[in-house]
Amino acid sequence: MSRRVTIAYLIGLALLLVAPGFIYPILVMKVLCFALFACAFNLLLGYTGLLSFGHAVFLGTAAYVTGHALKVWELPTLLGLAVGTLAAAALGWVIGSLAIRRQGIYFAMVTLALAQMVFFLFLQAPFTGGEDGLQGIPRGTLFGLDLANDVNLYYLVLAIFAGSFWLIQRTIHSPFGQILKAIRENEPRAISLGYDVAKYKLLAFVLSAGLAGLAGATKTLVFKFATLTDAHWHTSGEVVLMTLLGGMGTVFGPVVGATVIVTLQNELADKVGSLVTVIMGAIFVICVLAFRRGIVGESLALYKRMIGQKA
Amino acid sequence: MTEIFGVPIQALFGQLMLGLVNGSFYAVLSLGLAVIFGMLNIINFSHGALYMAGAMLTWVGLEYLGIGYWWMLVLAPISVGLIGIAIERLMLQWLYKLDHLYGLLLTFGLALMIEGLFRDLYGVAGQPYSIPEEFAGAFNLGFMFLPKYRAWVVIASLSVCLITWYVIEKTRLGAYLRAATENPQLTQAFGINVPLMVMLTYGFGVGLEGFAGVLAAPATQISPLMGSNLIIVVFAVVVIGGMGSILGSVVTGLSLGIIEGMTKVFWPEASATVVFMIMAVVLMIRPAGLFGREK
Repeated sequence: MSRRVTIAYLIGLALLLVAPGFIYPILVMKVLCFALFACAFNLLLGYTGLLSFGHAVFLGTAAYVTGHALKVWELPTLLGLAVGTLAAAALGWVIGSLAIRRQGIYFAMVTLALAQMVFFLFLQAPFTGGEDGLQGIPRGTLFGLDLANDVNLYYLVLAIFAGSFWLIQRTIHSPFGQILKAIRENEPRAISLGYDVAKYKLLAFVLSAGLAGLAGATKTLVFKFATLTDAHWHTSGEVVLMTLLGGMGTVFGPVVGATVIVTLQNELADKVGSLVTVIMGAIFVICVLAFRRGIVGESLALYKRMIGQKA
Repeated sequence: MTEIFGVPIQALFGQLMLGLVNGSFYAVLSLGLAVIFGMLNIINFSHGALYMAGAMLTWVGLEYLGIGYWWMLVLAPISVGLIGIAIERLMLQWLYKLDHLYGLLLTFGLALMIEGLFRDLYGVAGQPYSIPEEFAGAFNLGFMFLPKYRAWVVIASLSVCLITWYVIEKTRLGAYLRAATENPQLTQAFGINVPLMVMLTYGFGVGLEGFAGVLAAPATQISPLMGSNLIIVVFAVVVIGGMGSILGSVVTGLSLGIIEGMTKVFWPEASATVVFMIMAVVLMIRPAGLFGREK
C-alpha cells in the first residue's frame, strides 16, 4: 500500500515538473494555488469536522497584505509571502477563537458573518484600492532568477505547493491529527478523555487559515493583482465545492476538486457567461444528493468493492 | 431645538424609520429561518435567494403580465411557497438523517442556482418598482414626514410575525408542530402525519420570504443580488438572538435594524459592519445567543 502511494506521489510530482512544457503555466499555477487552498480547507472540514464558510477571507487577506508588502514596502518576494501568510494566520486566530465558541451549523454561520465583516472593512479601507483592488504587483526575483518569467515562477509555486502538501500530510498523520479526527468523530468523548478540545480546534483553524493565506499570497504573485473577489463569500463557497466534489477527508480529493472546478470555470467562462454560477450551484446540489464522498472517495469505495473489501 | 447631538431631528427619525424597515425584514427572515430550523434541522441558505425571487416575481408580474402589487402580495408568496415544497419533496427530504451541514450545502447550491438564473435573465442592474398609489405620499407627524409605505412595511411584517407566533404557540396545529419538533417519532406514533407537516413548514417558511420580498420590492432596488447580501446579515442576527424563541428573533431583528439605522447617523463608516461586531461581542459574552439555550 505505502509503496504504491509513494509511486503515485512520484508520478504526480514528475507530471507537475514537466507540465509547463505542455500546458499554459499560469493555468497550472492557478490550479495549484486553489488546490492548496482546498487542501488547507479540507484540514478543517475533512479532518476536524468544522465547516468554515468564510475561508476566502484568509485567501483575500494574505493576497492584499502580500500585494501591499511587495508593491509599497518593496519587500523581497519570499518575505512578502511570509508576511501575507502570517497576517492570515493571525486573522485566523481572531476569527477562530470567536467561532469555536459555537458548534456545528452555528460555526458555519459565525465564520461566514465574520468573513463578511472583514470583506466590508476591505471594501472601505484605503490600502486595498476598493473596487479596483491592488494592481501591478511586482513579482521580484529569487536567488537571482527573475520571477517575471512564468516558468521560473512556476517552479517556486510548485515548491510552495509540494511543501505545504507535505506539511498537511504530516499533520494529518501526526498524533495531533489523530486527536483532530477524534474530535470530528466524537467531541464529547474527546473531552472526556482529557483533551482540551477548544485548543486543538483553534490550532487546526489557525493552521488552516495560515495555509489558505499562503495560497492567497502565492496567487497574488501569479496574477500580479489582488481584488475583493478573493475575499468574497462566493470564493468561500467555491472552496467548499472543490473539497466536496473531490472528496472531503481524502488526501487527494481537494486537489482533484480544485483541478476540475478551475478548469471548468476556465472553459466555461466565455461560453455561458453568468450561467457559470448556475452550473456551480447544480454541481453542489448533485454532490450533496448523490455523490457525498466526492470523486476520490467514490473511486476508492469502488476500488475496494472490486477487490472484494467492504467499503 | 431641531437637533440632537448635532444631528437634525428629521434625519435622525428618518434613519430610525429606515432602521425599523430593515429590522422588519431581518425579523421576518430570521423568523422563517428559525421555524424551518426547528422542524427540519436545516439552515436554509436559499432563504435570501427566495426572498429575492419574491421581489423579482413582483416586478416581473407588473412588467410582463400587468399584475399589480396587491395581487402579487398574495401570488408571489404562494408561488415561492410552492417552489419551496418542490425543493423539500425532491431534495431536502433525503437529507434529514444526515449531518446538518449537508442541508446547508444543498441550500447554498440552490441559492447559487436561483441567483444565477435571475441574473442571466434580468442582469444585475436594480429595477425600480413604484409604490402602490394607496401608500404614495407621507404622513406629516409634525416633527417628521413618515412615508406611508414604510409604515405599511413595518406593520405588515410585524403582523405576519405575530400571526406566526400565535399559530405556533396558541393553536392545535401549532401544538402538533411543536410536538413534532420535540420528538418526531412519538408524534407520528400518535397518528400525526409528520412528513406532511415538515413539507408544509418548509413551504410556509419560504413563503414568508416571498412575502418579505414583495414588501421589499417598492422599498428597495430589486436586483438578483439583493438576497445574498441580506442573508449573511440575517445569519448574524440569528447567531445573536439564538433560534430558540419566535418572539426572541422578532425582537432581535427589529432592534438590530434600529441599531444599524442609528449607526448610519452617528458613525456611517461602521453601518455595514455593526451587526457583525455585535455578533462578535455576543459570542464573547453569551455564546448561546441572547435568547438561546446552551445545548
